[in-house]
Amino acid sequence: MSDVYILGIDMIRFGRFPDRDVADIAAESVLGALDDAGVNIHDIEAMWSGNLMQANAMVGQRVLQEIGQTGIPVVNCANACATGATAFRDAWMSVKAGVYDLVLAVGVEQMGRGLLGGGGGGGGIPKEGLLGSATMPAIFAEAGMEHTRKYGTTFEQFAKVSVKNHHHSTMNPKAMYQKETPLEEVMGAEMISYPNTKLMCSVNVDGSAAVVIASEKKARELGLGRAVKVRASVMTSDPFTARDLTMPDVNTCTRNAAAAAYKMAGCGPEDINLVELHDCFATAEILHYENLGLCKDGEAGRLIDTGETAHGGRVPVNMSGGLLSKGHPLGATGIANIYEVSTHLRGEAGKRQVEGARLGLTHVIGLGSACAIHILEKT
Amino acid sequence: MSEEQKGPLPVVKFLKIPSMGDPYLEGHRCGHCEAIYLGERRVCGKCGTRDEMKAFPLAKTGKLYSYSIVYRSFPGVETPYISAIVDLDGGGTVKGNLIDVDPDPAKVAFDMPVDVVFADALGRKDKEGNSYLSYFFRPQAA
Repeated sequence: MSDVYILGIDMIRFGRFPDRDVADIAAESVLGALDDAGVNIHDIEAMWSGNLMQANAMVGQRVLQEIGQTGIPVVNCANACATGATAFRDAWMSVKAGVYDLVLAVGVEQMGRGLLGGGGGGGGIPKEGLLGSATMPAIFAEAGMEHTRKYGTTFEQFAKVSVKNHHHSTMNPKAMYQKETPLEEVMGAEMISYPNTKLMCSVNVDGSAAVVIASEKKARELGLGRAVKVRASVMTSDPFTARDLTMPDVNTCTRNAAAAAYKMAGCGPEDINLVELHDCFATAEILHYENLGLCKDGEAGRLIDTGETAHGGRVPVNMSGGLLSKGHPLGATGIANIYEVSTHLRGEAGKRQVEGARLGLTHVIGLGSACAIHILEKT
Repeated sequence: MSEEQKGPLPVVKFLKIPSMGDPYLEGHRCGHCEAIYLGERRVCGKCGTRDEMKAFPLAKTGKLYSYSIVYRSFPGVETPYISAIVDLDGGGTVKGNLIDVDPDPAKVAFDMPVDVVFADALGRKDKEGNSYLSYFFRPQAA
């Protein structure tokens, strides 16, 4: 089977755009991706649109109503925080399967502020604060404390993740924030759910990212110059593990996806030059160092202490600033992280460029759970 | 209808309030692979076996597996409190509030033994004014 390429990709600067609607926010990155690929909406054969909060509102079609009603098939998809990656992967599959040669995937979200999760439901009385907490910060705090339980990982080590990612974002003009946050500031920020302080929680922002995906034949025809090869695309859900239904297990689905992705790409974690992983909370990044095989089990604390995952380190993680500082527009995140890795592979990342980047990995987790991993290669 | 005093309702379906005896949490165990679930179900999510789920009372003791101290919650929810994941002795993992412990990481120890205790659901009532019985975790007396 022939390879599939990213021909054009773009994201908008993440922020808060209360005066715009979701289709308008998406259309901006779609136009950017089309321009980056040097193609026109009339060249696109099919489209996948990822959006969570308006999953029933035909967002993909509304984008085409703004920028070109060409009558192509449009699929709208929702998969929690893996929504954008799901749109990308299903678009990729259609090309891999030989159905289309040139397709579009977009991820977009317009978020409110405040806590996510904890909805409960099920009738009766509210359960939040009665049967523990179902907010996202608490769930990922509990997942982090499981790591503390196993390996003694400290509050300070978790906090260092946020220091690093905020530092990275100072070099990313498309991040929500470009602001250094020293360790004392991160640890001294309002405690949301121990050990996650406010600066250790991802930022709710509006944003979109879009990508033009091409078959090898089409990519060669249009020019492979800045194209990025998709070496692996893998998705998993949460397999049965003993505590998963009480305490969502974000580890096993990530480990399964990583193993399958490395196998598909024919490489190992030691070959990866940069990673954009799902740092929805600072605690999560620590877990995923081990889940993605960037270090052995129990070594994630050391990895953050020694700076191996910082700019200039052995395997820089979340050079974009991550969800902690670039921001986390749920449906856009899974394509925005592909944008970041692609930008480095193309050597166009400016001050934050990972020098000599040849292979990069993206990872997202949608709680509930959906995990998607992509491995991308410079052409 | 007599003037019968209606008792509290269970906060979750797997909390059982028998007419005689003490309340308890109920698990369901797969007869094929022995996976344990909270609440009734027909099919085992681990092995796929159908119609072999057997109800059994979960232990009223367990050990703290993981936790978070919650400071920011939804409006009206009193903070801070400890959101705890407890592995019950004999199987089953349950989430709930850990009470009678200072909300301070220095005071919370992994694997600390806890009792499952039953009490009113912090005064919360539904739209019809019904009271609810909830469960909590409390450290075992040393």
